[in-house]
Amino acid sequence: MAEKFTLFDKIWNEHVVCVPAGRLPLLYIDLHLVHEVTSPQAFEGLRVAGRKVRQPQRTVATVDHNIPTEPRGTPITDPIAARQIQTLQQNCKDFGVPLFDMDSSDQGIVHVIGPELGLTQPGMTIVCGDSHTSTHGAFGALAFGIGTSEVEHVLATQCLPQRKPKTMQIDVRGRLGEGVSAKDLALGVIGQIGIDGATGHVIEYTGEAVRGLSMESRMTLCNMSIEAGARAAMIAPDETTFAYVKSRRFAPRERDWDEAVARWRALASDPGAQYDAVAEIDASQLAPFVTWGTNPGMIAPVDGCIPELRDLKMDADRPAVERMLEYMGLEPGTRIEDISVDRVFIGSCTNARLEDLRAAARVAKGHRVAPKVRAMVVPGSQAVKRAAEQEGLHKIFQESGFEWRESGCSMCLGMNPDILQPGERCASTSNRNFEGRQGRGGRTHLVSPMMAAAAAIAGHFTDIRNWRFR
Amino acid sequence: MQPFRTHKGRVAPLYRANVDTDQIIPKQFLKRIERTGFGEFLFFDWCRASDGKPDPSFVLNDPRYRGSSVLIVGKNFGCGSSREHAVWALEDFGFRVLIAPSFADIFANNCVKNGVLTVVLSEDEVCEIARKAAELPNYEIGVDLEQRKVHDEHGFSATFPIDEFTRQCLLEGLDDIGLTLQHESDIAAYEARRSRPVT
Repeated sequence: MAEKFTLFDKIWNEHVVCVPAGRLPLLYIDLHLVHEVTSPQAFEGLRVAGRKVRQPQRTVATVDHNIPTEPRGTPITDPIAARQIQTLQQNCKDFGVPLFDMDSSDQGIVHVIGPELGLTQPGMTIVCGDSHTSTHGAFGALAFGIGTSEVEHVLATQCLPQRKPKTMQIDVRGRLGEGVSAKDLALGVIGQIGIDGATGHVIEYTGEAVRGLSMESRMTLCNMSIEAGARAAMIAPDETTFAYVKSRRFAPRERDWDEAVARWRALASDPGAQYDAVAEIDASQLAPFVTWGTNPGMIAPVDGCIPELRDLKMDADRPAVERMLEYMGLEPGTRIEDISVDRVFIGSCTNARLEDLRAAARVAKGHRVAPKVRAMVVPGSQAVKRAAEQEGLHKIFQESGFEWRESGCSMCLGMNPDILQPGERCASTSNRNFEGRQGRGGRTHLVSPMMAAAAAIAGHFTDIRNWRFR
Repeated sequence: MQPFRTHKGRVAPLYRANVDTDQIIPKQFLKRIERTGFGEFLFFDWCRASDGKPDPSFVLNDPRYRGSSVLIVGKNFGCGSSREHAVWALEDFGFRVLIAPSFADIFANNCVKNGVLTVVLSEDEVCEIARKAAELPNYEIGVDLEQRKVHDEHGFSATFPIDEFTRQCLLEGLDDIGLTLQHESDIAAYEARRSRPVT
C-alpha cells in the first residue's frame, strides 16, 4: 500500500534541500516576511560577515509594529522608534529588499498584507521574525515564526536547519452557532488543549466547521494557534482558498494559475494519513468567549462567570490564578457580563481584516459608544482601510463614536503610542492578554470583533447573541 | 557564538509556569537596533514596584541571588512573542543555563543561537532544585553538556535530553550560517528546479 502523507508531510518533503550527516535537515524558505522590530540586528549580522541577501525576490518588508496610527505624515515623536524605521528603510535599500513603507498604499500588518497581495500561496514555506506567522497556514502553507538569528540565517541562505516537528490534527465537528466566530473557535481550542497543548507540533485543522470558514476566519484561527504553543497551523487549500488567491497581485496567472491550482489540490492530507496527536472539538458547543486571566487559555463563555478557586482542576494552579485575578482586578465568581470596560481595541493581525470590520460595524450601526469608553478601530492594512471606506464602514464607526485610524499593529502590543494606562480595562480583538502587553498595568480581555463592538456600546461585556441589530 | 561545555553557577529560582517573553523583556525595549545592553531591562515590570523603585520581593533583586547564572523556571517558559531580545536580556544579565520542565519552541531555538543552554528536567526535579535554591545559601548547580548531566553538591544528579545537532552547535560554538553555506551547491541545485520567486 502506498504511504499516506499529511498536508504537512507533503510540504516538508518538497522543501528539504538536503540532510547533512549528523545535522538537521535544511529546509528551503519560499517567502520571508520582514518588519522593523526583529530585523535590524539580522541585517547588521550580514554586514559584519560580509554576506548578501541571497534571494531579495523572496523577501518582502513592511513597517507595522511601532508606527503611529494617527494620520500618515504625523511625525514619529519617539526618536528610538523613528531610528528603527529608518534602519529598515536603509537596510532594504542596501540589500535590495522590496519594502512597503509608511507612505505605501500597500502598507499594513505583515500578516495581513502577505495574503492580500497574493504573496502567501498554498504549499509554500513562509517565515517571519514574528510568532503570528502561523496566520499564513490558513492557505495550506507551512508558516512559522522565527527569532532574529534565524532571520539572519534565512536572509543569508534562504534556508533554515529545522528539526521536523510533530503533527496534530484538530478536527472541528459541527457548525459554529450564530454570534460565535473564528475567534471564539480559536479561544475554545486554546482553552481545551492548553497554552502549551501544541508545543512542538504543527496543527492541521480539519472538519466541517473549518471547511465552512472564509479565508479571513481561517486566518484568525491559524493566527491564534501559537497561543496554544503550536509551531505552525494549517488548513488544506480548497475552492475557498483558490477563490481568495486568484487575481491577487503576486498570484500566478493564466496557464501558471491552472498549473498551480492543480498542484495545490494535491496538497490535502491523504485519507487515512496519521498524525502524532489528535484532538476533537465540537463547534456547536462553543459560545462567544471572554478571557479573564493573563494568558489566552483562561476563557469563560460570555454568559458564564470567572471560576471559583475551589473549582480549579489542580491545586497547583491556585497561586497562579490568584495572581492573575489580582492583576486583572477581578473576583472569583464574578459574572462576565458584569465586567465593565474603559477601552476597546478592534485591530491586530488576528482580527483587522475586512470581514472583521464588517462584523463590528454591523453591531455598531445605529448605536453609540458608552460615554466613559474610548474605542478605536485600526484596520489591518491600507487596503483594508480603503475597502472599508468604500463600503462606508468608517462612517458607521465614526458616527457611533469609534476612532477610525491608520493601519498598524497598534494597541495589540503597544509599541506605538496606542497603549493602556495602568488599571485600564480593555476589550480587545488581539491575541495576547499577557500582563502589561497593552501597557503596564493594563487589563486585557480577548474577544471577537462583534463582542468588542458590543462591549464598547454597552460599556461592559454583553452577549452578542442577544444583540439588537439596527 | 561562545562555546558551551561545562558550567557551574549560582541558582536563582523563578518557579512560575507560562512566563511569556513580554514579561522577560517588555515591548518598549524592542525599538533598539542593537543586540547588546538588554540585561538591565530583564523582567523590567516585575523588578519594579508601581512607583518605579526596585521591588525587594522579586527574586532578581534579592542580594542572595546576585551573580546568578542558572535560572530555574516553570513549564512553558518563553511562550508568546518570538522576540530574541528575551534571550539577549537573559544572556546579558548573566544567565548561561535555564532549567525548566518545558520551554516554548521559538524561545528554545533562540537560546541555542546565543549559547544559552536550556535544560529540560521533570517537574519533580525542577521543583527540588527550586526548593534548594530558595533554602540553601549560595546554592550552585553544575552542568556538563558533554555528559548531558546536571548535579549539585548535595547529592542531586540528573541526565537531560538534548538532540545531537544542538549539542554539537553549543559545544563548538558553531556559526550555523557558515555550516549551511557549505551546502551552497545543494541550495543552488534546489533553486534551479524550483518555481520562480514570488515578487
